[in-house]
Amino acid sequence: MNSFPSLARLPKHEKAWVKALRPLESQSLLARQLEEIGFVPGEQVQVLSKALMGGDPMVVRVGQSTFALRQAEAQLVEVSPEP
Amino acid sequence: MQTATLHFVDKTPLVALIGNPNCGKTAIFNALTGSHQKVANYAGVTVERKEGKIALGESGKTLRVLDLPGAYSLYPRSLDERVTHDVLKGLAAGEKRPDLAVCVVDATNLRRTLKLALAVQRLGVPCVLALNMNDLAQKRGLQIEAQALSKALGMPVIPTVGIQSQGVALLKAHLVQAFASPGALPATPPPLPQGDALESHDAQRIQHLLHDLGLDHIQPDALSEQIDRWVLHPVWGPMLLALVLFVVFQAVFDLAIAPMDLIKSTSLAMGDFLGGMIDNPLLKSLVVDGLMAGVGGVLVFLPQILILFFFILVLEESGYLPRAAYLLDKLMGSVGLSGRSFIPLLSSFACAIPGIMAARTIANTRDRWVTIMIAPLMTCSARLPVYTLLIAAFIPDTLVAGALSLRGLVLFALYLMGIAGAMAVAWVLKRFTREGGLARPLMMELPSYHWPTLQNVAIGLWQRAKIFLSRVGGVILILTLILWFLASFPRPDAGFEGQPIEVSFAGILGHALAHVFAPIGFNWQISIALIPGMAAREVVVSALSTVYALSSQTADTAKTLGPIIAQSWSLASALSLMVWFVFAPQCLSTIATVKRETNGWRMPLMMLSYLFLLAYAASFITYRLAVFLGLG
Repeated sequence: MNSFPSLARLPKHEKAWVKALRPLESQSLLARQLEEIGFVPGEQVQVLSKALMGGDPMVVRVGQSTFALRQAEAQLVEVSPEP
Repeated sequence: MQTATLHFVDKTPLVALIGNPNCGKTAIFNALTGSHQKVANYAGVTVERKEGKIALGESGKTLRVLDLPGAYSLYPRSLDERVTHDVLKGLAAGEKRPDLAVCVVDATNLRRTLKLALAVQRLGVPCVLALNMNDLAQKRGLQIEAQALSKALGMPVIPTVGIQSQGVALLKAHLVQAFASPGALPATPPPLPQGDALESHDAQRIQHLLHDLGLDHIQPDALSEQIDRWVLHPVWGPMLLALVLFVVFQAVFDLAIAPMDLIKSTSLAMGDFLGGMIDNPLLKSLVVDGLMAGVGGVLVFLPQILILFFFILVLEESGYLPRAAYLLDKLMGSVGLSGRSFIPLLSSFACAIPGIMAARTIANTRDRWVTIMIAPLMTCSARLPVYTLLIAAFIPDTLVAGALSLRGLVLFALYLMGIAGAMAVAWVLKRFTREGGLARPLMMELPSYHWPTLQNVAIGLWQRAKIFLSRVGGVILILTLILWFLASFPRPDAGFEGQPIEVSFAGILGHALAHVFAPIGFNWQISIALIPGMAAREVVVSALSTVYALSSQTADTAKTLGPIIAQSWSLASALSLMVWFVFAPQCLSTIATVKRETNGWRMPLMMLSYLFLLAYAASFITYRLAVFLGLG
């Protein structure tokens, strides 16, 4: 489990803001891809839907786009309740 | 068959369309070039390459327009993005570096989509910005001043709406004007330095730019969000998906029956007609049993393919498909695939060929590979005539538990067996390949819902039909002719009393194969029939009737053949043959398609061998078990 509040644990429909991407060393490519699709600090995020049983995968609105993400991906995104 | 590799040393100016996935790039491409499109592959890879033309005034000169694969950045991660990157840098084999890039951006999502445009500009390619979906942005309270944006970005900005001709006409006029006279190419700006730091600089630049122009606030797309409340709902979502699939399935099978029958009867009639004009029996057989049967065998797949692709294109254009893939991701994930494999596998229930072609949309190479491998295990429609014959001949027409037809249950079980087999194979590949256990990113965009446009669906269907007929049709036709040759030569001596096929190459091969197939309960007649059946599975039925000396090949073949095989085969053999058809690599057209899609013989040969072993093992178990139970 992460030591920081991550997007993976954000309750449904609650607004939050991307604070940082926190990849492990082996996950730098994943972080880069997340950045490309819009997960940059300051961007607003909201979980729109979660699959039954464990919430994997989940649907996230980031800025003006909507993406389906796996838990493993959402875990890299640190969020904060304030912009 | 060789994939066409295109090499251009062309002086014709080249314009490349580039943009994020789902930004409406292909709609603009369709509107710019109409149906004058060439679809091929990029040299050496199976990424689809779409090119069109625009006439430059009255001069007869043209402008080539290339629709590059959608990309989120110029930092390539999938094969598609690698191609886009290489073409823009002038590194792609056989491809000229574009003279101008049209960067298509989604006006409702400028922050993300402008980043790519700036990256292209940084490469030193002259750029024009096509501000797409401008109407949607306006509806959501965003007034974009093209002039001001153009000034801030340093490139011309043209507002377009992919589905309306007006904006695209402006873009076209701009392109024509830019290239109208020789030497009028836009000046190439010098390439700028590149690197990670500069990319974040770009992001900041966009942030400021949007802020200064008052574009950093947009109302959310309320309608799409409303629809998604239902479509992505953890309970209603899957139920809706099941309903959609049911409707698609029904349509593919019901609506295709009439055109398929028409094609079959027309090709039979054409064969008879042509055959009547030919006296030489050998030539007659070549035309009727080889050529006409081959052409009919190719065309007969077309209705199902077109109906299926119609639904796929409509669902894709509307934005539902990625949502379906999301809903199925968990299920597919359990056997090491992602939701993206769902469309190709669905297509394979009609025919594995379009299914394998549809696997192109899977970005991850390993997932694409596994999907292609298991596609033939989905029960395709060509297996139905064989199942129908065997079930009618061997399974009693009784009710189980008072309500369910035993015959229907057996058919259902055969379908399930295919699906379970496919899942098992995928699971084994997940378990025992190095890459299989690795988690792969999903990161799939769910675009806003759109109404599909007639033009895009029509162009998409036309392209699918053309690809199928030209690339796959030729192979099927050639194979049918080869198999006709094997079944017709050598000719029997004058005094020979059996069927001519028995002494032909196919017959000799069949007799030899009978030794191989004896342990799973196949007699020599079945073994011979399996050989012409390699052209297309349903040919087995007519081949069996040939072996059993039924001369006429009418629609009643199955009715007259049924009692004969019911008498001469044991139930154990029949069950074994049914199971064989679930798994066996029967149809060479599929293998040919796999060879074409994977650019080599490794995959098709692996597929042939694993399917053969799987089918043999399953039939062996079935046969031995049935004999043990006293059904032999």
